[in-house]
Amino acid sequence: MPTLTTASSKGVLTGAHFLDGDQAACEGALAAGANFVAGYPITPSTEIVERFASRIPTVGGVFLQMEDELASSIAIVGAAWGGAKVFTVTSGPGFSLMMEHLGYAAMTETPLVLVDVQRGGPSTGLPTLPGQGDMMQARWGSHGDYEVIALCPNSPQECFDLMIDAFNLAEEYRTPVLLMMDESVGHMTEKVVIPSPDKISIYPRRYTSLPPAEYLPFRAGADGIPEMVKAGDGYRIHVTGLTHDEKGYPAMNWKEQKKLVGRLVSKIRDNAERIARWEEHEMQDADVVMVAYGITSRVAQRAMQLARAEGLRVGLLRPIVAWPFPEKRIRELAQRVHSFLVVEMNYGQMFYEVERLAAGHARTELLGHGGGMVHEPEEILQALREAAQ
Amino acid sequence: MSTLTQINPVEPFLRTDRMPHIWCPGCGIGTTVNCFARALVESKLPLDKVALVSGIGCTGRVAGYVNLDSFHTTHGRAIPFATGLKLANPALNVVVYSGDGDLISIGGNHFIHAARRNVDITVICVNNFIYGMTGGQVAPTTPLGAVASTSPYGCYEHAFNLPFLAESSGAVYVARWTAFHVRHIAHSMVEAIKKKGFSFIEILAPCPTLFQRRNKMGDGLDTMRQYKQRSVIKNGAHTREVDIDLQGEIVVGKFVDIERPTLQQSMEQQLRQTLRDQYAGMGGA
Repeated sequence: MPTLTTASSKGVLTGAHFLDGDQAACEGALAAGANFVAGYPITPSTEIVERFASRIPTVGGVFLQMEDELASSIAIVGAAWGGAKVFTVTSGPGFSLMMEHLGYAAMTETPLVLVDVQRGGPSTGLPTLPGQGDMMQARWGSHGDYEVIALCPNSPQECFDLMIDAFNLAEEYRTPVLLMMDESVGHMTEKVVIPSPDKISIYPRRYTSLPPAEYLPFRAGADGIPEMVKAGDGYRIHVTGLTHDEKGYPAMNWKEQKKLVGRLVSKIRDNAERIARWEEHEMQDADVVMVAYGITSRVAQRAMQLARAEGLRVGLLRPIVAWPFPEKRIRELAQRVHSFLVVEMNYGQMFYEVERLAAGHARTELLGHGGGMVHEPEEILQALREAAQ
Repeated sequence: MSTLTQINPVEPFLRTDRMPHIWCPGCGIGTTVNCFARALVESKLPLDKVALVSGIGCTGRVAGYVNLDSFHTTHGRAIPFATGLKLANPALNVVVYSGDGDLISIGGNHFIHAARRNVDITVICVNNFIYGMTGGQVAPTTPLGAVASTSPYGCYEHAFNLPFLAESSGAVYVARWTAFHVRHIAHSMVEAIKKKGFSFIEILAPCPTLFQRRNKMGDGLDTMRQYKQRSVIKNGAHTREVDIDLQGEIVVGKFVDIERPTLQQSMEQQLRQTLRDQYAGMGGA
């Protein structure tokens, strides 16, 4: 495992700022050392690339506005193999177009970050209004089997912090990492504290130290993750989205499929407990546990206060890393709580995960809608009263 | 006693451990790869600094056979991948090598935009007039009247004239040859790789299995004979006038060779002019 380094001072705007989530996400990427973005405008994510386009020429790097999301999502893969640290951003319709390259990045083990500022869908839906309907698309949206890592900030500060974490996870696991924001978090303005560069840990790219004659680009180490090189370094690598062997050569048979795709899945699944991250509130005596993430978790917190004032023993579990999901913790809680209430801006996505993990030990209810506005604390309170029955 | 060994001069450029290749007997793609290897020899470029990017399809498999940093990307997206690779690592000579269906149909939008931006890459398009890998379907390059598996009664859509499309989109170097013109191809490849900006070479190539057979045009050798008879070299011809039909004259040659600032040059000039000493450069690898 490479030694962690600290951020370069070039891109870090140390100090206290008043930023919206989109701007904070951009600053997080710059702090993490991102130096190449290919983007395509789409509401409500555009402010991230606008800020990057304005900031990167004085930091050192490239911003390119592409002709569509297919182009932007593959240009960053090309740039990553050229040695750059890359991300792109989008929302609903663009996220659908990027699914092909989410799969290509997973298959070629290309470290990159893909930001989806979620709006109401399906299709063009509600471009300027929030939604959380892409959570399962983040997990399953590209064809075939793979595992992703997806993070879910609920404040501009977390947009900054989790963007850095997203880059570090992408480098550590050599995989695309998703930052699943929502329109409300993206456009909400709050205080964001950016630490000094020496306080920001950076996971460097896992470049090999082997000479070309001994190097195989897709031979995994003991941790299931291969070392990388970049084009132009004399290794003459071949990279393909076809099923490939350790050399990177196409291998059209079930044995190599099992070996490669099995590894792509297990390098995340075997580390799921390490990657999963969540926050708990008032859990010690909770009978009813709310599960909520992103902007919805902020409303849920208010609803929890109202419920507690009525004497209802309500707790809140907020996944910070959405995928991998905090499976073990939900299973534990299911053994002792009365019910779960999943509050999300969709008609049931994370709900099914909680229901599966509760496995009949605790009742699981959904309070969902298709987006357009955040939940009202009072409607959550009413659902909590019913869940406590 | 001396030992004689035969060394194929293009062998160092190929991943011989991947042979035999997948292409059919009489296919023109291998011929163009041979030309490409010879062009690399002639260009004297350090091979570690040449990267090849392909899309999907029969020609898309070229990336798997060349002994270079090589990327077999997604269908139609070789050009934007190459754009990212080039701008992240400007020291690389980036060559896109793919087929007509990949580059011009599904990838058509990227083709025109990369030419417009004048990205400093070379695009080599092997045009066999159909989709080969999937079994010979009609393509945006299929000549009027030609039979394909999805135009069984003859193609009734007008085809793209690729040199005209490339030039009008902004390419600074445009040439067309057939697989018969091996020396011309290699020479054009050297010029195109050395050219600063978006350079484009169309190479007409036989697909005896799926195009020539269905259109009763004989085998690979017959097609070469036809290329020889039907081709007319017209360097500098107006690209508007180089349309291809099923039977008539095929105009080949170097049509465009002009100077225009590349994307990188324009980007750096604009940012330096506006930001002056605050401009921190491209941060390349």
